[in-house]
Amino acid sequence: MTEESRGFLERERFRELFDRLLVRGYQTIAPVVRDGTIVYAEVSGPEDLPRGLRDLQTPGSYRLEAEESGRFFAWANGPQALKPLLFAPREILWETRRESDGALSFSSSSPSPRPLAVIGIRACDLSALALSDRHFGKGPFPDPGYALRRRDLFLVAVDCSHLADTCFCVSTGDGPEAQSGFDLALGELDSGFLVRSGSEKGRELLRELSLPPPESSMEEALKIQGDRARSSQTRRLPSRNLQNALASRPDHPHWNNLAARCLSCGNCTSVCPTCFCFSEREEPALDGCSSLHLREWDSCFTAGHSYIHPAPLRGETRFRYRQWLTHKLDYWHDQYGRSGCVGCGRCISWCPVGIDFTEDLPLLLGEADGH
Amino acid sequence: MTMSGSARPEENSKTTPPKPRIAVLKLASCDGCQLAFLGLGDKLLELSGQAEIVHFAEAGPLGPLTGLDITFIEGSLSTREDHDMVLSVRKESRFLVTIGACATSGGIQALRNLASGPLLSSLYPSPEVIDFLDQSTPVASLVPVDLELWGCPVTGDQILLALRSLLFGALPPVQTDKVCLECKRRGIACVTVTKQIPCLGPVTLTGCGALCPSFDRGCYGCFGPAENPETSSLARSFSGLGLTPAEIARRFLFINSNAPAFREEGRRWQGGDPHE
Amino acid sequence: MDTNPHIPRAAIIRDRIQEAPTVFTLRLEPEGDTSVPFRFTPGQFNMVGVMGLGEVPLSIVSDPSDLDFFDHTVRIVGRVTGAMARMGPGDRVSIRGPFGNGWPMDATRGRDIVLVSGGLGCAPLVSVVNYVVRRREDFGALTVLHGVKNPRDLFWKERFSRLNGIGGTRVFLTSDTGGSGWEGAVGPVTNLIENISVTKKTTAKICGPEPMMIATVGKLLDQGLAEEDLWVSLERNMQCAAGFCGHCQLGEMFVCRSGPVFRYSEIKNRLGIRGL
Repeated sequence: MTEESRGFLERERFRELFDRLLVRGYQTIAPVVRDGTIVYAEVSGPEDLPRGLRDLQTPGSYRLEAEESGRFFAWANGPQALKPLLFAPREILWETRRESDGALSFSSSSPSPRPLAVIGIRACDLSALALSDRHFGKGPFPDPGYALRRRDLFLVAVDCSHLADTCFCVSTGDGPEAQSGFDLALGELDSGFLVRSGSEKGRELLRELSLPPPESSMEEALKIQGDRARSSQTRRLPSRNLQNALASRPDHPHWNNLAARCLSCGNCTSVCPTCFCFSEREEPALDGCSSLHLREWDSCFTAGHSYIHPAPLRGETRFRYRQWLTHKLDYWHDQYGRSGCVGCGRCISWCPVGIDFTEDLPLLLGEADGH
Repeated sequence: MTMSGSARPEENSKTTPPKPRIAVLKLASCDGCQLAFLGLGDKLLELSGQAEIVHFAEAGPLGPLTGLDITFIEGSLSTREDHDMVLSVRKESRFLVTIGACATSGGIQALRNLASGPLLSSLYPSPEVIDFLDQSTPVASLVPVDLELWGCPVTGDQILLALRSLLFGALPPVQTDKVCLECKRRGIACVTVTKQIPCLGPVTLTGCGALCPSFDRGCYGCFGPAENPETSSLARSFSGLGLTPAEIARRFLFINSNAPAFREEGRRWQGGDPHE
Repeated sequence: MDTNPHIPRAAIIRDRIQEAPTVFTLRLEPEGDTSVPFRFTPGQFNMVGVMGLGEVPLSIVSDPSDLDFFDHTVRIVGRVTGAMARMGPGDRVSIRGPFGNGWPMDATRGRDIVLVSGGLGCAPLVSVVNYVVRRREDFGALTVLHGVKNPRDLFWKERFSRLNGIGGTRVFLTSDTGGSGWEGAVGPVTNLIENISVTKKTTAKICGPEPMMIATVGKLLDQGLAEEDLWVSLERNMQCAAGFCGHCQLGEMFVCRSGPVFRYSEIKNRLGIRGL
């Protein structure tokens, strides 16, 4: 564990962080406003960030509106976590070529990503990253595309000060402040940022910025801000470990109630920062002499996900919803040592019909197990 | 059977087999799906090296419709002649593929299946000269179809992938995913969640690349119902977004009004909110 | 897992045997870089691919001591297996694998082996038959109970009858329907269990449709077999085969990695639940 360095970065000097990252050869990705929401995209400086905006999220709805403080991070999150940057929504795994003598050859398609710096990562998404690392990094042959993109990341986290109505990271233990897994973390005040390092790389960059130490009043203000955010959060998951709590209730009638509302569209799994399922397919060239083997994000809400000849094992929506939630909250403990939910609330906001599983969970568990 | 029905390289064969014979036919339709073919450009030329396009009126060739390996049909069955042609071409084709909403579900012209009252006389001054069947129906209602490519129109990529697979002698994988998955893969923000726009994406087959949502519009359902389409839940949410029952019915009774999942949901809302 | 699961290698078809109208066996020899030899244990599977069409998971049925080749027995169920059926000696497929854990052959050395299979579920168990017959002195009694729906579904009939009696091996066949010329029993495979006597030395290995496995397990438990001595091989959708893509999940398990063979006691809570 590297020693933590701290400094205060005035709002007017925010650009220097971008400049230092550029000097170090990073392509910088940060939140930008697009299509009425906030997504990660390449930026050149702070002017590209969603300054003076906040997000209003409710089940099935996401809106941005103006905000007074002029802060850069007065909002909670957008539909994307780090997932699309590391686990590409669509990528070529290998190409097969057939020679004129019929011999087959295979070449893997390795991405050669530029080192990426990501500014604005929230605590929930850092937890999700740690979970994805465990999934895609496991075994003697980790996922090659993920590993290559993961290698040269520089992660600048931001503590959440303005939580969305849909967040429940406090109850999952993942937020609102960034705890680990970052190179630098920012705590935003109206006057600027308290910057702290979380890695040797981060310490070096912080040294290059040569920032003054934060005043104790700033530390105090940040703490109050964090506490206020924490206590403002009303949505929550049961604090206890749900291992075997859902798996033991496969026939609970409330699964049918959920299925009656669910569209089985897979939006929840797509925005979930820890959902990792993908499908594979071939894309042959027209000349019939070569073919690409691709993978794409899949979802346990599709028929293809559980298909074995002659029909999907989970043909009905209630089985698909049950698989998703039971895996996320229950089986994940056995697979990766903790729940697969980090409390980001995206599955609630981005569900087109606004299903909020935190409302349904107590019903699935029996009232006594609820809030 | 003239096509090399093998996944082996053709070089293994002692003699060069004759090229597979392809036909592209048209019933009642707008020709948009044939245009998707023509729009392939260079790929179409490349295709002509691998297969013989024996009949494709829009492109020129008008060869006999016999001994066909792959037959693509655009358009819905609307006349007696359509029936006769499809029955005959089915017998002559190894693979029969429908392209587009018309051939696959009956198309937008199947809206007339739902009409009550004297439709013809309200549209044409001399309705007696028009001779067509009572209903506009999909090709599969008459003969077995090996592969259905949905879309209004189909895309060039859909045709290419299907063609390549059929030239290998195998059906391509059937697409069953919903538009929503494609929106998310492309990083398009949900138009329903951000702008409260009613969108058929959650019940519609992907294949268009989430075209409409990428232009800030809701999905129109061109590619027909996806697998496991939860139309009832979606229709209720449309009601919550402020659509009237008549407007909800029209969303479903549109390009693929004759596809059972859309037809039934649309009809449920035609007379008012079915939940009241 | 010793070989890179993320890139296939080529294998050439050396032989093809038609086992039944829709069942065939391919004998394959790996090509290319042979510095990593192809080694497996009975019950493991490969992802076998046809260029341009895709991959399917197939159990390896041959004996691991045959170092120059390995066999897959395939039933035609879809596009890829259909294309494979048209391939023959000299053609190439792609191979990734072997994957999964396989049957506990070393751990069950010296024991009486009871194999119970239904339908094509016998493919993963044929590898066990081959293995035990080659190493007859390493194992106790071998009893094979195999059930098919219809007599015409039975393949390896000659092999089964050749096997019967060799080294005390006993083979019992049954068909759900029976029929003229059928010499085996009529009824479900669970009826055959009365032919065996369970001892402390007995280990059972079961493969087939899940309801058949559950019924078989129930009968064997009734006969006094311990849960720890029951092994089952499960089927799930496999795509990456290396525990990443998520399709094969059964509860907390990735069947491709921690299976497909499970000790019954480890898996019993996850069996027989619809839609799991």
